[in-house]
Amino acid sequence: MNLERQVLRRTETTDEEIVVNFGPQHPSTHGVIDFVTQTNGEVIRRSVPDVGYLHRGLEKIGEMVPYAGYMPFTDRIDYLAAMFANEGYALAVERLLGVEAPPRAKYIRAIAGELCRISNHFISVGTMAQDIGAATPLTHALRERESINDLLEELCGARLTFNFDRIGGVAFDIPPGWSDKVLRFLDHLDSYIQEWDRLITFNKIFVKRLANVGVITREKAIDYGLAGPNLRGSGVKFDIRRDMPYGAYPDFEFEIPVGTGRVGAVGDCWDRFYVRVLEMVESSKIVRQAIAKLPEGDIQAKVPRKVKPEAGEAVGRVESARGEMLYYVVSDGSEKAYRVRVRTGSFMAMAIVEELSHGIMVADLIAVIASLDVVAPEVDR
Amino acid sequence: MRITLGLDSTSLTRRYPRLAVLASLFMAFGAPMGLYIAALAIFPLNTPERIDAMSQRWLGYDLAGSPYRDLVYVVFLLLVAFIAVNFAAVFGGVSTWVERRIAGRMQSRIGPNRTGAAGFLAWVADAVKMILKEDTIPGSADNLLFRAAPYFSMVGLLLPFVVLPFGESVVVTDMNVGVFYVTAVTAFVVVGILVSGWASNSKWALFGGIRGAAQVLSYEIPAGLSLMVPVLMAGTLSMQGIVRAQGGLPWEWFVFRNPAAFIAFFISLTSSLAEGNRTPFDLPEAESELVAGYHAEYSGFRLAIFLMVEWANMWIMAGLAVTLFLGGWQVPFVTDDMYKAALGTGLVPSGIWFVYQVLSMAVFTVKTWALVFLFIWLRWTLPRVRVDQMMSLCWKYLVPGAFLCFIVTLLWLLLVPPIGSTISGVALTVLTVVLLIKFLIATGRNIGRVKGDRVDLGNW
Repeated sequence: MNLERQVLRRTETTDEEIVVNFGPQHPSTHGVIDFVTQTNGEVIRRSVPDVGYLHRGLEKIGEMVPYAGYMPFTDRIDYLAAMFANEGYALAVERLLGVEAPPRAKYIRAIAGELCRISNHFISVGTMAQDIGAATPLTHALRERESINDLLEELCGARLTFNFDRIGGVAFDIPPGWSDKVLRFLDHLDSYIQEWDRLITFNKIFVKRLANVGVITREKAIDYGLAGPNLRGSGVKFDIRRDMPYGAYPDFEFEIPVGTGRVGAVGDCWDRFYVRVLEMVESSKIVRQAIAKLPEGDIQAKVPRKVKPEAGEAVGRVESARGEMLYYVVSDGSEKAYRVRVRTGSFMAMAIVEELSHGIMVADLIAVIASLDVVAPEVDR
Repeated sequence: MRITLGLDSTSLTRRYPRLAVLASLFMAFGAPMGLYIAALAIFPLNTPERIDAMSQRWLGYDLAGSPYRDLVYVVFLLLVAFIAVNFAAVFGGVSTWVERRIAGRMQSRIGPNRTGAAGFLAWVADAVKMILKEDTIPGSADNLLFRAAPYFSMVGLLLPFVVLPFGESVVVTDMNVGVFYVTAVTAFVVVGILVSGWASNSKWALFGGIRGAAQVLSYEIPAGLSLMVPVLMAGTLSMQGIVRAQGGLPWEWFVFRNPAAFIAFFISLTSSLAEGNRTPFDLPEAESELVAGYHAEYSGFRLAIFLMVEWANMWIMAGLAVTLFLGGWQVPFVTDDMYKAALGTGLVPSGIWFVYQVLSMAVFTVKTWALVFLFIWLRWTLPRVRVDQMMSLCWKYLVPGAFLCFIVTLLWLLLVPPIGSTISGVALTVLTVVLLIKFLIATGRNIGRVKGDRVDLGNW
């Protein structure tokens, strides 16, 4: 990457062009990422993401701590959607051990996960509106998210880094009266989403800023390995929850929203934005179904006190808020994993920035970055 | 060392809770009112004849033949300038508090509420903080230009106050080229933006400076053209002349007098938003794109000047629109003759004249604050446009639109008898009121649609 930057600096800069670093400290990069950008006035010639500022060796830590002890670290991989990071790791180790979480635990995971998805998408769409220059939607989104944080705090004692899942189950059963609170919030949420659409989604300026900007075609999205809402925004109907079901998801009925090019081309920034808004509605449906069908029983499968799986490997794949989150865990038969590998949606999204950056305006680059919903620690881990 | 200023010191206000309230009330009403009273007292007197007569009458000193005559006039002018500068600063400060409170309401949070009553003294605390901060100058910046840039902006802000009428007689001077003068001197602000952007030697600031120059210079054209519509209708460039050509009642305002003026009003409002770098045209300082734009490298007092210019500019923008389109200071049912009769021929006008003046200032202030509120409202509602959209809006829609309004107004004045203007005035007033009512009903319905907890209305 350093080489890349030198190439940019030394040979390709003419008198009319400047190289400017969008980051690592910049209001719109959503964390410490650097977008080395070569611009000719307002028109970007090329922008290369320089990642790695937030690398904390989280995968390596997975080899240093016992299996159960790694769970709190997974929270830090994606602090906005920590439930999925928990779940993916738990799933991988469960497969390694050959145990399965009891049905009630699976349902609770689904409820907590979908609430977490709603909260994450609120941050995503809110900061996107903020990056487009509208300050108010973000605080409204944060207000709604605060209700979810309260609910999740009641469930697991933490508001951000939940550390909720355990290998073979979840840490806590849902407290009495909690489901009613969730249902009341969901009633509010369903009507609030319409207000959100009136507030910002269909705002004329907002639509003009995002329609036909940063178009990722269906083919390109697949070629670049995009995941989650970024992929679905391009019209690809792929969702781990439906196509490679895990946990309690086969029991639920839900739509998979995809980008339709409603205001511009399929796969533009607005499509990615709107897919996230629609996903919140779907998540709300899933939570309702899960609460209605919630089975009785244990929340924890029988797992030995010392987790010591046989030598082998396993993959846990979950549909995180930022797309597919894949844990690949290799065991050598000891108390600690031999290798933990995490594949995340944000990192996949980084590669396409350069391709999209040719010839767009500075403000469009911000829109593209925002629409890809990148979280820096998930990129660098 | 802890600096205790008394106003925001917790111990003092805790011991005497009413002190904060009193200080806030004094600043909230006292400061602007004091400036208004000073303006009312000084501005009408500020002519050589009156000064001469006052000196003759009260001091028994014949100023007209005195060698110190010019000196006395200069002292009077400095007094006037002092009032105008302070008004800009106080308005800039107060409007930041107003804006932050309104933004808080709109964003369902509280906003400043610690310093003074309802957080009113927050702007004083902010200003004091900024003055106490170090005035850093980047090592690689162009030292002289970097230091000078804020003053260009400040001059551009303060000069329009010379012709902006606050009331029937409360105006520094009634230039016969008032509108032309305003469009000319407001361009100084862009010099400050451009110079600060260039002198900072920072890429973000350069982006902001160039964007600002492109934006403000482009929008000067539709702004200037749409300002020509009231000029045509009044037949004069003088600000006071334009106000006198209107009346106090809504259908006597220029904005409703013909359909072209109605459109020209919105063109002028949009252009002034762009010239004042307000959302949706805040491109030169777009936070999410350019960090802080042209004032990215500024700190301390110089930043305070830039921010003061930004907020106080709202008064100029709104005041200009009110003066040219919305009837200015015209009080309903008070005619020119009544002002003249009340003024009398004596050196000091009668009490009723002062009542009229205060009324006219109140009318102007209320209208201007209403427009300022509109600007604040827009800022916290709308996203930002992109550079090319900003340009295409200007050159493809506003410039031809403003030109069309100009031509239509010209033809209207030539071809339509005066009764046509009255009909248009009443019709457009009714239309506006109907639209406002429909808007309020739709807003109420939308608010009612969301179930569950509503925004807490108690946070005032």
